[in-house]
Amino acid sequence: MKSNRSISWNRNRAVLGVLATLLVLAATGCRQDMHDQPRFEPLERSSFFEDRKAGRMQVVGTVARGELNEDAHLHTGFVGDDLATTFPFAMTREDLARGRQRFDIMCSPCHGRVGHGDGIVVQRGFRAPPSYHSERLRGVPPGHFFDVVTNGFGAMGDFSDRLSVEDRWRVAAYIRVLQLSQAATMGDLPGDVKSEFQDAMGGAR
Amino acid sequence: MAQIFHPSTNTISRFSIFGALFAVAGLLWLVLFMNRSYYSTQVNVPREQPVPFSHKHHVSGLGIDCRHCHTSVEESAFAGIPPTKTCMNCHSQIWADAPMLEPVRESYRSNESLEWTRVHDLPDFVYFNHSIHVKKGVGCETCHGRVDQMPLMWKENTLQMEWCWSCHEQPETHLRPRDEVFAMGWKPAESQAELGPKLAAEYNVRSALDCSVCHR
Repeated sequence: MKSNRSISWNRNRAVLGVLATLLVLAATGCRQDMHDQPRFEPLERSSFFEDRKAGRMQVVGTVARGELNEDAHLHTGFVGDDLATTFPFAMTREDLARGRQRFDIMCSPCHGRVGHGDGIVVQRGFRAPPSYHSERLRGVPPGHFFDVVTNGFGAMGDFSDRLSVEDRWRVAAYIRVLQLSQAATMGDLPGDVKSEFQDAMGGAR
Repeated sequence: MAQIFHPSTNTISRFSIFGALFAVAGLLWLVLFMNRSYYSTQVNVPREQPVPFSHKHHVSGLGIDCRHCHTSVEESAFAGIPPTKTCMNCHSQIWADAPMLEPVRESYRSNESLEWTRVHDLPDFVYFNHSIHVKKGVGCETCHGRVDQMPLMWKENTLQMEWCWSCHEQPETHLRPRDEVFAMGWKPAESQAELGPKLAAEYNVRSALDCSVCHR
């Protein structure tokens, strides 16, 4: 009787021991496979490719769907050999608002919000870009601004990776707006805006 | 054979059977506590980076918009980490000789990527999308905190499911006008309790609690 109980107790202990060992083994087997699945997140490092980039560059010459870029006016800012003197699509008020927004985000750090070439980065020592309000830049066609944003100019790098083709034209259009704003006379203002302006200026003309 | 335990130990054993309940509860509490601790979530812990990039300097010091560098935040799931070229747009001339920026210049010369340490890393079974949050009026600050006051980047929130849930359940408590999404330190002029439901209606925001909203 007594020996039987002792055997069963021993067996229980053995079972418990095995279970505990399994539990420890299972715990050490805990991994983060679900958290880090075998797929790549954007810009993730890859151990497979030589340059360690999971994101692959397009093969030179690839034409992706929607990137045939047939319209030279729209995509290069040139018509024939000359800078485009017109915009490739009609600029609506929304386009100008979008142009302003993109200008403030991308361009104003150097060019300043109004385009005098006195943005914060220039104040910190970057070579000052020319003001949009110079005689020369007031005379250039819109294709010039599109070309500069697309290909860069002097110390300025290109923004073709950060602004879509349409947005570059909208920015070019907004630069025209800025130019107009700085050269506007009282006579250019519509009546209601004029009186509002005069009130704001304390009745000055 | 002499008894090993004194009879008084009976009290202790009775007490420990009773106390086991508390021991188990305490253990559970410890696990949950550890799971939410800064040690585990890495909240408020600045990360080492190859270059000590300061959002504080670039955002509040210079006033540069988030989207100047994080260009895809409005159109894609991923907000975008700028390529070295974006840094060099300015740093080709500003702080062009600073030793601190040598890794940036080296990256530009060699065409090798800078390898930043990821601060916000969701589990792969969560399909977070920046663009939809931005479009629905969730500010950068709402999740990322006052980035304009972070000299080094850290996680402001746990990004744990209970945290996501708290807003997905009542999105109106965290909405702001679309124009203010990229602003730092924005406060509603009226109370959020009044503004939130208005914005939710305008932007067509409903609580989104289906599993498949985030998990696929």
